[in-house]
Amino acid sequence: MSTAHAEHEHHGAPSGLLRWVFTTNHKDIGTLYLWFAFAMLLVGGSFAMVIRLELLQPGMQWVDPNFFNSMTTMHGLIMVFGAIMPAFVGLANWLVPMMIGAPDMALPRMNNWSFWILPFAGTMLLSTMFMEGGGPNFGWTFYAPLSTTYAPASTDFFIFAVHMLGFSSIMGSINIIATIMNMRAPGMTLMKMPLFVWTWLITAFLLIAVMPVLAGAVTMMLTDRNFGTSFFDAAGGGDPVLFQHVFWFFGHPEVYIMILPAFGIVSQIIPTFARKRLFGYSSMVYATASIAFLSFIVWAHHMFTVGMPVAGELFFLYATVLIAVPTGVKVFNWVATMWQGSMTFELPMKWALAFVILFTIGGFSGLMLGIAPVDFQYHDTYFVVAHFHYVLVTGALFSIIAAVYYWLPKWTGHMYSESLGNWHFWTSIVFVNITFFPQHFLGLAGMPRRIPDYNAAFADFNFMSSIGAFGFGLAQLLFLALVIKCIKGGEKATDQVWEGAEGLEWEIPSPAPYHTFAEAPEVK
Amino acid sequence: MSQASGSYYLPEPSKWPIIGSIGMFTMLFGFASSLSDKTPIMGEGDLTMMYIGMAIIIFMLFGWFGQVIRESESGAYNSQVDTSFRMGMMWFIFSEVMFFAAFFGALYYIRTLSVPWLGGADNNLATNTFLYDGFVPSWPLNVMPDAAAGGYSVFKETIGAWGIPALNTALLLTSGVTCTLAHWALKKGNRTGLTFWLFATVVLGFVFVGFQAYEYIHAYSIGLKLSSGVYGSTFFMLTGFHGLHVTIGAIMLTVMMFRSMKGHFTDENHFAFEAAAWYWHFVDVVWLGLFIFVYVL
Ligand code: HEM
Ligand SMILES: [Cu+2]
Repeated sequence: MSTAHAEHEHHGAPSGLLRWVFTTNHKDIGTLYLWFAFAMLLVGGSFAMVIRLELLQPGMQWVDPNFFNSMTTMHGLIMVFGAIMPAFVGLANWLVPMMIGAPDMALPRMNNWSFWILPFAGTMLLSTMFMEGGGPNFGWTFYAPLSTTYAPASTDFFIFAVHMLGFSSIMGSINIIATIMNMRAPGMTLMKMPLFVWTWLITAFLLIAVMPVLAGAVTMMLTDRNFGTSFFDAAGGGDPVLFQHVFWFFGHPEVYIMILPAFGIVSQIIPTFARKRLFGYSSMVYATASIAFLSFIVWAHHMFTVGMPVAGELFFLYATVLIAVPTGVKVFNWVATMWQGSMTFELPMKWALAFVILFTIGGFSGLMLGIAPVDFQYHDTYFVVAHFHYVLVTGALFSIIAAVYYWLPKWTGHMYSESLGNWHFWTSIVFVNITFFPQHFLGLAGMPRRIPDYNAAFADFNFMSSIGAFGFGLAQLLFLALVIKCIKGGEKATDQVWEGAEGLEWEIPSPAPYHTFAEAPEVK
Repeated sequence: MSQASGSYYLPEPSKWPIIGSIGMFTMLFGFASSLSDKTPIMGEGDLTMMYIGMAIIIFMLFGWFGQVIRESESGAYNSQVDTSFRMGMMWFIFSEVMFFAAFFGALYYIRTLSVPWLGGADNNLATNTFLYDGFVPSWPLNVMPDAAAGGYSVFKETIGAWGIPALNTALLLTSGVTCTLAHWALKKGNRTGLTFWLFATVVLGFVFVGFQAYEYIHAYSIGLKLSSGVYGSTFFMLTGFHGLHVTIGAIMLTVMMFRSMKGHFTDENHFAFEAAAWYWHFVDVVWLGLFIFVYVL
């Protein structure tokens, strides 16, 4: 064989730190993504603690308003781009090749690059906090002209951080699509793929379609700020509302990017612990595809109050509430899967059930917001904050936690500590609702979002919300402890791990060997 | 790992990605630093750090692609690997299409919606009266809504479609043909033909870029600048990003030409050439969009 092959004879993972820097192994890279995401969860979480500390009582207590604004901005950006998205990509890295019987991701070196851009982009983003004039303070949606005319000098670093994050996401998604379309084991037809794989395929498509649009938006910002263009400046014939259109054309698909893989995870977990096949597999696939399609034509529901032609308001209203149909199909199928199943409630199942119930609450508040005339009242209040934290925390984040519990024994070869896990689950469930449920009432009563001080009438619910937030934050340290403990040791996990688990990843040993499926398995 | 021939090639751990990340960070941090004197490290206008970053990226590109080429020439890639590369390139081009879509979308929105609205169209009379009373919308927009604010470069005329732009359209369309001729030659195993037609394509590409540069200089001399309000913004950003992509595409094809001269590619196996060719056709199609929506209409 050629020299290129000869080099591979003495194969072995390089040891030490460099193993992680140079690795082309999908499991290593998955692990890197997951740890990075967890670190960012703590960073973004600590910003949330600052926010809730300031809001614990009315009046200005701890931080100045500009810093408060940069906390809300950074919290949102870090959680979306640093925690939730990388965590899902990490799960895709670990699981997609194992689920479809592939030896690795399709483009392993590029896979390494997709990850290793993230720490640099994160550094760039966080470095703005230490610059003259402070970090970005215009909210995670960075509307012009707040982010152009009135923004701090550090904004250009934020812009390039977004470019890097987008580049990483696009490459990661290309890799995922190529892996799924090209690397499936013989017999693994599209309609036999586990739903996690399906949802990621569609998510990756969404990412490739909209991350470049975000790049376009920040590029226009960059030139408006520095090179004299007038895209978002009405004085020169542009329009700040244009920014909102471009941003939300990215932004709404983005929120589905953060929830479709979650749907996939829950669709893996519930059948296992209900010991029944997933109800309505193909309708799940079609529902996911319809949600993805619809997500491109609803973006202006974030802009109902900005001043649109009535026809626009109506179109975006109807398109938005239409999404409830495929979403409803999904929730129905999960419930129908459990119907008459032999259910047990191990921790992954607990988290998945919490997801189904609490995500649905977030879906309902979304429906309320989608009704344009009603949104005139709710827009930019804490009701919106409550909505998106139900779908993102008890939705996206809970599904990620559920996934970690579900696959951790496969990754580490050990079972986690059940009692620690129960503590983590119950404290999280209680505190997360104490945090976010009262925010619905605050919003309905008219408390605006993104303010450091508020009318004394809102004091009680804010106090509750802050206490809940501190509790929820602390509870996640239990999760950290549990994961570390599980890596270090614990009861030996079997190959199948869960009695009802089905799929290729449960047929290989636990912990999963460094290389799996060098020879493709035959799928029947 | 690739024990048996026919199995999927999995590369060894690689240093190139991290070098790429360091280069990208250095370049972008340096660029952002140079934009203001309130930012750390580089003074305003000092691009040293950015150039260092670009140098690192170029080093990385040579190293990384060099390795891929060596692996490919040694026969390490089977047809499944080839398919992965093809999919990768296809979806990459799709992402580029969406990047341009953002700018085309902005152009559409500004021309057909927001500029007329600023002038009071539909039910926006109040916008016009209270914000910019007396503003009359037009396209190309040369009298700004807030003309009194000044600072906008007023242009004497715009770049007509039927001068250089039409010529450039012909050049690019011809280069699409020569690119296809190169592909046919390659498939017939005719290496001289491949090299020749590639050379023709590359020349046409660079001539296009040259004309575009000439047109820019002319535009600036008649006052049409990036700062000519939103007309200048859309004009230069769309044509500028396109020109950048033509340059990248032409560089890719140049590399293919040199590889062809070194005896790379077979009539069966020449994905790299095809990737560059796809990219070239993509650039071509974007240009047609530009020609119609920016110049003609
Ligand atoms: C049933 C489906 C859903 C509907 C009908 C819906 C509807 C809406 C509407 C109308 C708004 C704008 C509210 C306003 O600003 O006045 C909104 C905001 C938001 N939604 Fe949803 N939503 C749905 C599901 C989701 C999901 C699944 C996610 C994420 C996983 C999500 C994340 C968000 C976020 C982050 C915002 C706030 C953006 C901001 O202004 O900062 N939504 N939603
Ligand atoms: Cu939305």
